[in-house]
Amino acid sequence: MRRYSVFAVAREAARYHTGWERAWASPEPKKRYDVIIIGAGGHGLATAYYLGKNFGITNVAVLEKGWLGGGNTGRNTTIIRSNYLQDPSAAIYEKARSLYETLSQDLNYNVMFSPRGVMMLAQTEHERRGYERTAHANALQGVETSFISPDRVKQLVPIINISGPRYPVLGALWQPRGGTARHDAVAWGYARACSAMGIDVIQQCEVTGIRQKGGKVAGVTTSRGDIACDKLGIVVAGHSGVLAQMAGFRLPIESVALQALVSEPIKPCIDVVVMANTVHGYMSQSDKGELVIGGGADGYNNYTQRGSFHHVEETVRALIETFPIISRLKMLRQWGGIVDMTGDRSPILSKTPLENCFINCGWGTGGFKAIPGSGWGFAELMARGASPLTEAFGLDRFREGRFIDESVAAGVAH
Amino acid sequence: MLILHCPHCGVDAEETELAPGGEAHLKRFGPGSSDAEFESYLFHRENPRGVHFERWRHAFGCGKWFIAARATDTLEVFGTYRAQTAAPPQDIRDAITAKRPGWAWRDLA
Repeated sequence: MRRYSVFAVAREAARYHTGWERAWASPEPKKRYDVIIIGAGGHGLATAYYLGKNFGITNVAVLEKGWLGGGNTGRNTTIIRSNYLQDPSAAIYEKARSLYETLSQDLNYNVMFSPRGVMMLAQTEHERRGYERTAHANALQGVETSFISPDRVKQLVPIINISGPRYPVLGALWQPRGGTARHDAVAWGYARACSAMGIDVIQQCEVTGIRQKGGKVAGVTTSRGDIACDKLGIVVAGHSGVLAQMAGFRLPIESVALQALVSEPIKPCIDVVVMANTVHGYMSQSDKGELVIGGGADGYNNYTQRGSFHHVEETVRALIETFPIISRLKMLRQWGGIVDMTGDRSPILSKTPLENCFINCGWGTGGFKAIPGSGWGFAELMARGASPLTEAFGLDRFREGRFIDESVAAGVAH
Repeated sequence: MLILHCPHCGVDAEETELAPGGEAHLKRFGPGSSDAEFESYLFHRENPRGVHFERWRHAFGCGKWFIAARATDTLEVFGTYRAQTAAPPQDIRDAITAKRPGWAWRDLA
């Protein structure tokens, strides 16, 4: 793989950009691999990348039924933060956030990480106390956050309306090192780096069955033939239940639709990410000038990658109250993704009842921010059988009552 | 937008008038059951891409619970029936079979 650099740009400019090579290979599947990862979204590709980089395991295939990052990796609102209450969550999300800081250099691919700061507004007394508590917890966890005053909020976001009428801003949990990144580039960057290490990223290869032998994984059946493997990682977000059924175990997961929308592009007006969880909307401005807006998830099982109109209305209504200047903006696009929600709203990175089969799922509405940390921890789990990052996220926590209760901590799905 | 027929008051209600209540026909396990059964009752859920049965409440209407037979991959509704039953009635099963031959949900077919 030729490295991308300013010299490469100059060299290609001199010869009319005829010399760029393909960013990643499109190999035919081999008959067997040491490790197969199902799902070439951010989490799956990051897992393959850290298997190769940290553990030297490169006889790996990443199988994808559609195209790279075509699922939730390409459908989220690209927010990166790690201001969680519980220690296990803070550890894995902070690992992810810190890896994002150097990801462009690490992958030699510009993921456009922009640590512009993430602000979570406190708009009720209850929420204010909750965020003050989170700020204290973060101080103990080594995550840089602080609780800031309404005046500071107004200073950072001049377009915000802090005086209500319904929900005045009482302060905010501020994480200056949080921000956004380009979601497609994260998937593409990992895919290119995987391909350069000799890992096969195979698109349009749908897994239709999981083959077992004596209680162990033997391989997978795919739309492009049978492939054998020693270890299998299932990293398929919303479709985890379908794959778990193939592997013969059940998951504490329900799949629902979460949607987002973007406005027409306007001049720069907001340079931080603002989340208003009481009124349930969040917003940031992309480099193109579009306002990227997200809201609540549907409350019922759904695989259609659409959302309900009333959520759009609720979200927009909430944001117009918070940011009066956006009231005349037109919305350009709206889309939905299928998110896998667990009982405690925390992810599952775990061994499964089927030996040598591992699962990484349940990221719910907040998986993008965790991609590098999730890949790092899951790769260690697959390579060594245990990882300090994933220890608390086992499937057995539901039986044993060791929940990582972030749904209560955040007050919303997160 | 999902529109469900409330079998109690007869209104065709859209989803803002309704509150979703999760998987239907759960069998309760309490004191005396095994850990696995209790875990399964509390957390494991059917999550099919296809035919699904779920509880709904006509929250901003008559306030009563009912069960909807739905397809999660198309949002098609096969029918609704009152919640005071342990299993889907035969006419609902027939309606599903007419549109989705060979369907299965838990041990129902």
